[in-house]
Amino acid sequence: MQQANAYIGTPQNRVDGRAKVTGEAKYAAEFDAPDLAYGIVVSGAIAKGRIASIDPSEALAVPGVLQVFTHENRPRTAWFDHKFRDETAPPGSPFRPLYDDKVIYSGQPVALVVAESFELAAHAASLVRVAYETDAHMTDLDLRRSEAYVPPKKRSGVKAPPSPRGDAEGAFAQAPVKVHGEYRVAIEHHNPMEPHASTVVYGEDGSLTIHDKTQGAQNSQSYVSSVFGLSSGQVHVVSPFIGGAFGSGLRPQYQLFLAVMAALELKRSVRVVLTRDQMFTFGYRPLTIQTISLGANPDGTLVSIMHDAIQTTSPFEDYQEVVVNWANLLYHCDNVKLTYKLAQVDTYTPIDMRAPGAAIGVAAIETAMDELAYATGVDPIELRLRNYAEVDEADKKTFTSKELRACYQVGAERFGWAKRNPEPRSMREGRELVGWGMATGVWEAIMQKTAARAVLTRDGKLEVATATTDIGTGTYTILTQIAAETLGLPMAAVTARIGDSSLPKSPVQGGSWTAASSGSAVQKACQSVREQLFKHARQMDDSPLANASIEQVMFADGRIRLMSDPGASVTFAQAMQAGGVDRIEAEEKASPGMLTNMRYSGYSHSAIFAEVRVDEELGIIRVTRIVNAVAAGTILNPKTARSQIIGGVVFGIGMALEEESMLDHDLGRFMNHNLAEYHVPVNADIHHIEVIFVSEHEEKLNPLGIKGVGEIGVVGTAAAIGNAIFHATGKRVREYPITIDKLLG
Amino acid sequence: MNRFSYLRASSVDEAVREAAADPTVRFIAGGTNLIDLMKYNVERPERLIDITRLPLDRIAETDGGGLRIGALVTNDAAAYDPRIKDRYPLLSSAILAGASPQLRNAATTGGNLLQRTRCYYFYDPGTPCNKREPGTGCPAITGRNRIHAILGTSEHCIATHPSDMAVALAALEAMVHVAGPDGERAIPISDFHRLPGDRPEIDTNLRHGEIITAVELPPADFSRHYTYLKLRDRLSYAFALVSVAVALRMEGDAVAEARLALGGVAHKPWRDPEAEALLHGRPATRDRFIAVADHILKDAKGHEDNAFKIDLARRAIVRALSQAAAGTPQSQTDKRIK
Amino acid sequence: MSASQSSAPLPEAMSVTLTINGETRQLDVLPWTVLLDLLRDHLGLTGTKKGCDHGQCGACTVIVDGRRINSCMAFAVMKDGARITTIEGLAQGGDLHPLQQAFIDHDAFQCGYCTPGQICSGVALIEEGRARTRDEIRELMSGNICRCGAYTNIVDAIEQVIGADGEAGR
Ligand SMILES: Cc1cc2nc3c(=O)[nH]c(=O)nc-3n(C[C@H](O)[C@H](O)[C@H](O)COP(=O)(O)OP(=O)(O)OC[C@H]3O[C@@H](n4cnc5c(N)ncnc54)[C@H](O)[C@@H]3O)c2cc1C
Ligand code: SF4
Ligand code: FES
Ligand code: FES
Repeated sequence: MQQANAYIGTPQNRVDGRAKVTGEAKYAAEFDAPDLAYGIVVSGAIAKGRIASIDPSEALAVPGVLQVFTHENRPRTAWFDHKFRDETAPPGSPFRPLYDDKVIYSGQPVALVVAESFELAAHAASLVRVAYETDAHMTDLDLRRSEAYVPPKKRSGVKAPPSPRGDAEGAFAQAPVKVHGEYRVAIEHHNPMEPHASTVVYGEDGSLTIHDKTQGAQNSQSYVSSVFGLSSGQVHVVSPFIGGAFGSGLRPQYQLFLAVMAALELKRSVRVVLTRDQMFTFGYRPLTIQTISLGANPDGTLVSIMHDAIQTTSPFEDYQEVVVNWANLLYHCDNVKLTYKLAQVDTYTPIDMRAPGAAIGVAAIETAMDELAYATGVDPIELRLRNYAEVDEADKKTFTSKELRACYQVGAERFGWAKRNPEPRSMREGRELVGWGMATGVWEAIMQKTAARAVLTRDGKLEVATATTDIGTGTYTILTQIAAETLGLPMAAVTARIGDSSLPKSPVQGGSWTAASSGSAVQKACQSVREQLFKHARQMDDSPLANASIEQVMFADGRIRLMSDPGASVTFAQAMQAGGVDRIEAEEKASPGMLTNMRYSGYSHSAIFAEVRVDEELGIIRVTRIVNAVAAGTILNPKTARSQIIGGVVFGIGMALEEESMLDHDLGRFMNHNLAEYHVPVNADIHHIEVIFVSEHEEKLNPLGIKGVGEIGVVGTAAAIGNAIFHATGKRVREYPITIDKLLG
Repeated sequence: MNRFSYLRASSVDEAVREAAADPTVRFIAGGTNLIDLMKYNVERPERLIDITRLPLDRIAETDGGGLRIGALVTNDAAAYDPRIKDRYPLLSSAILAGASPQLRNAATTGGNLLQRTRCYYFYDPGTPCNKREPGTGCPAITGRNRIHAILGTSEHCIATHPSDMAVALAALEAMVHVAGPDGERAIPISDFHRLPGDRPEIDTNLRHGEIITAVELPPADFSRHYTYLKLRDRLSYAFALVSVAVALRMEGDAVAEARLALGGVAHKPWRDPEAEALLHGRPATRDRFIAVADHILKDAKGHEDNAFKIDLARRAIVRALSQAAAGTPQSQTDKRIK
Repeated sequence: MSASQSSAPLPEAMSVTLTINGETRQLDVLPWTVLLDLLRDHLGLTGTKKGCDHGQCGACTVIVDGRRINSCMAFAVMKDGARITTIEGLAQGGDLHPLQQAFIDHDAFQCGYCTPGQICSGVALIEEGRARTRDEIRELMSGNICRCGAYTNIVDAIEQVIGADGEAGR
C-alpha cells in the first residue's frame, strides 16, 4: 500500500528552493548589522622569511579607516597553538594569523585593514607598506621527495595503509603481466562560488553572533571560544546557507579569526570577506606522486598490488588522507604493499577536498587497471569482475552491502558498452576520434555521532533541528523528508533548522556522512516524539487505539490510525489535547554501531562510463557522454542525489581536463589565482550526464540504510575520461589534468 | 583601488582636452578591463573620464564601401550587427569566441583593443613585473608561462595581447581612428600594438590623451573563405592559447589573396606577410599550409610551459587555412572543430 | 604610489538616478562604488552575488537596460539613468518568473550561490532569442560558472522555458 507522507526515496524539490531562486537566502557576507565595519586582508608576498617592517601609517591616515591590525598590534589571543586546533585539524601546530613576524607561506595574511566601508578598506589595504627579509623556500615536491616520511602521528579518522600482506615485490617480479607507472593529479583549489566570509555581529553585552562560511557552525564556535578565551555562551554561530565549500569550510579559515579579533577589539560589528585571489591562500588538494605496480596473470587476475604515495603537506601540520588503500578494497589480491608518505613544502596545509584521497588515489588505480586491461587483452569490466573483492581483505571484514557488480552491468547496458571496439583509435566520427572508457568509484560510508531535536506543536507543525549545515547537499530537504515521513505529516508542515551552533550537536558537514548521521538522529528524535504522541493517544478517553501497540498503528496525515482498521484514528491534536500538552519535544543521539563497525565495512560504489571526442591534431577533448551507475544504499531523494552525483562528475571532468593550481617555485606562489586562469568547467564543457541509482539493500550501517552521495560522483570520473582518451587516441597520459600540451606532447 | 575623481565627458573634444592636461587620467568605456585592473591596484588612475555618453556608438557605411565601427559599439552589438555578420563574419566570429555574453554586452570596440595582457605576474602586485613596474624584472620567463608569447618576445617581457577581436581586425587590415590634442589620425591596426622590446610597459602606439573614435573596415570581401579558430583550456570563457584568423580570396582552387593573423602567441596580433605570400597564386593544399605555418614559426621561441604552443600553432594554422579554403568556418557554438 | 595620494581628499559623492526593479531612486554614490557593492552593501539587495569581483564568474549578473552584464565590472555612477533588474525583481507579486520555477523543478542549483546570476543571465538569454539548441544555450550560458556543477539541469530549465515561449510564437 502506498502510504500517505511516504517521502523517503521519492524525488522532491528542495525545500529551500524558493529562497535560493529569489535571492532571499542569506550567505555569510549578507547579514547586516548596525554600524558594520569592513575588513580587508593584506596578503603577504613572500613564501618564507620575516616581516622586517610593516608601516600602516598611510593607511591609517585615510579618513574612515578604523584600524590596521598587524602582528605588531594584534590583541592578545590564546598563547598555545593547540588552542587553535579545530575539530578537523591534522596533527601539528595550526596556522595562527598575525601571530608574529614569521612568514611561512606565500599569500599569508599580514594585516587586516578595517574601515567604515568596503571601498575605503580596500583602498587603505593598498597603502600598507610591508618590507620582508626572505629565507630560502621550497615548494617543489619533486625536490622534497627524498625527504618524505611516514607521518608519525596519525590524523584522526584517516586510516593508515594496512600492513603488507604476502610478498608483493616477489609476486610482481614473477608476474607474467606487469603494469608500472607514476601517476599525478595536479594541485586543485576548492573554489566554491561563495568566497570565504565572516560577519561578526557585536552584541551590546559583548557577545558575538557570527555568520561564518563554514561546514560546521559548532566547529567555528568552539574555535572562536578557544582562541579568544570566550565562554561558549558568548559566541553564537549562525550559518543557514553556505555557497558551496567542497571541504574548504571544514576548518575555520583565517577570515574568521581576523573578523572576530577586529570585532572584539573595536567593539563593533565587522565583516571580512576574502577576495577570489585570497581563496588560493589556504588549503588545497595536495599534489601527490603515486607509483603503482600491478602484477597479473595472463587472464588478468592480480597477483601483486603495490601503491606508494608521496603527498604534500606544510611544515607546520601533517595533513593526511586515504590515497593508497583503495585498490585492494576493490580488487582481490594476496600480495599487497601500500605506503603513504608526506613531504613538506612551504605552503599552507592542504585541506580535504571533495572525496579527499579517493579522488586522486582511485584516479591512479583505475588508470593502471585500464593499462592492465590492455596489457592482458581482457575487457576492462571483465577484468574488474575477475578481480572483484568479495570482502574487505585488508580489514578482514565483510561489506555491509556491495552492489558494484550491478553498477557495472546496469551502467554498461545504459552506455552501450557492448558495442565498443576495444582497439584504440578504432572509433571515429568526422574528424574526431571517439573513445569509450570506464572506471570504478568507491567511497567510505561514514556515520558520525550526531544529535537532533524534534518539536511537535499542537497546530500540527513539526520542527527538527541539528547543528549541521547544508552546503548545497540538500540537507534541509532530506531532513524534512525523513521527519515528515516518520511522523506522518506533509512536508509542508515540517521545518528543518540547521546551521546554528546552538542546535543539538553535530559534526562538520563532510565526507558524505551528513545524511546518514543527521538523518538518523532526526529519525530517532521523531520516533521518540511518535512514542510520546502515541502514549497520549492511547490514554485518551475512549481511545480507539487503547489496546494497540505502536507496531499496530501508522502515522499519516497528522493522524494515528489502526492498521487493521484505518477508520479508527486519533489526530495528533486530539492526542496532545488529551495529554494536556501543547508541544512534544525529544532530543536523540544517533551513533555508528560499534559492533557493526567491528565486523563490517561500509562503502558506496559506482561504475563510470565516459565518451570523449578528441580532435587529435589539435588536442581538443570533449566529454560528450557520462553514465554513472551508483550503489549508495538508500537514496533519500533521487532528485537532489542525482544533482549531487552530476556535480561530482563535473568536478571530475575538471580534474580530468582542466584544473591545476600552478606554483611558481621561484616565488613559492600560486600564480593562476583567479577564476579566469584557474579553469573549472563552464557550461559549454558539460554535455550529457546520466545518473543511475542501482538499488542496494543496506540495513547494517543505520536504520535508513543511508551511505551518502556527496563524494562518490567525483571518484573514478577522471580515470574514466583518461581511459576514454586512451581508447580514442592510443595515448596514455598519467598526469591529470590532460591538457592540450600533454595530449600533443 | 585608489581614489579617483570622475568626469562624464559630453564631447570628444572635452574628453581629449581633459585627458591631455593630466597624465593620471584614463578613459573608461565598458570598464571590464580597467575596473578589473584597478581592483588589483595594477591601474591607478587619479581621474576617470567616462566616455560612454559620447556619440561613438554607431556602425556606419564608409564612402569607400567599408564599415566604420564607433569606438563605443559594444562587442555584442558588433558581433550581431547584420552588416558585420554578412560582410565581415570573421570579425563577428572572433568577437563571439571571446569572453562571455555579459562581458561582450559591456566591452567596447575601443576598450577591447586596449585591454592589457593577462600575464599572471602583471596581474599580481605581489610579484615583480617589467610591464607593471618597469625595471623590476620578468619572472614569467623562468616561471609559469603557459599563456605567454612565442613570437616577438624580448628579454624584458614575454606577455601576449589577449584580444580575439584584434586578431580578426589584423587579418582584415582595419584602420584605427583616433582623436588627440594634435588632431585626428588613423593608425593601421598592424602599427597599433607594439612589441615589448625594452619598453614592455607601453602596449600601443596611442599617445597620451588620444581617444579611439572608430575602427574602420576596408571593403575587401572575405566573407566566403574565412575562419576564426580559437584553442584554449576549456571550451568557452577562456583566453586563447593560440588563435588563428584567416581570410582568403580564392580563385578556383588557387588562393588569390591570403591574410592570416595569430592570437595568443605575441604581444600583438601576429601577421607575417612573407608567409602569406607563399600562398598567393598557389593551390590551397595541405603542404602549402604547412609551409606557411613553418615560415611563420621559424623564429618562434618557447619557454618551459609554453613550448608546446609552437607545435600547436603550426597545427592550428594548417587547420584554419583548410577551414577557410573549404569555406567551412569554425562555429563558436558547435565545439566540434571542423 | 606617492604619499600625496593618501592625503588627497575623497572625491565627492555624486547624485545618480537608478530605476531598480521598477523603483526609481535618487542616490548619492562615490565614483569608486561598484554597482555590485551598491546593490549588496548600500541597498541591501544581497540577492546579487559576488563570486570573484573581476568578471570571471557571472554570479553578479544583473540586467541593465535590457542587457545582462557583470555588475562587479561597472561603476554605479556610470549607470546614471539606467533601469536595473536584479533577482529580487523577477517575481511578480508572489508569482515566480517561469525560469525561477523551472530552476526549482529541474533542481538547477545546489548551494544556490551562482543561482541568481544564472537566472538573470537565463532570463536575458531568453529575451535575446539567440539560443535555440542545447549547444547554443550552453555556449551563451558559459559566462556563469556553477562550481556545484548544476549545468545540465540549468540547460534543462532554460530549454523548458524557451520551449514554452516558443509555442507562444517567439
Ligand atoms: C574574465 C574575462 C574574460 C575575458 N575573455 C576574453 C576573451 O576570451 N577574449 C577577448 O578578446 N577578451 C576577453 N576579455 C576582455 C574583454 O574583451 C575586455 O575587457 C574588453 O574588451 C575591454 O573593453 P572595455 O570597453 O570594457 O574597456 P575598458 O575597461 O573600459 O577600457 C580598457 C582600456 O582601454 C581604454 N579605452 C577604452 N576605450 C577607449 C577609447 N575609446 N579610446 C581610448 N582609450 C580607451 C581605457 O582607458 C582602458 O585603459 C575578458 C575579460 C574578462 C574580465
Ligand atoms: S611577461 Fe611581461 S607582463 Fe608578464 S611578468 Fe614578464 S614583464 Fe610582466
Ligand atoms: S562577481 Fe562579477 S563576475 Fe564574478
Ligand atoms: S549552485 Fe552552487 S555554484 Fe551553482
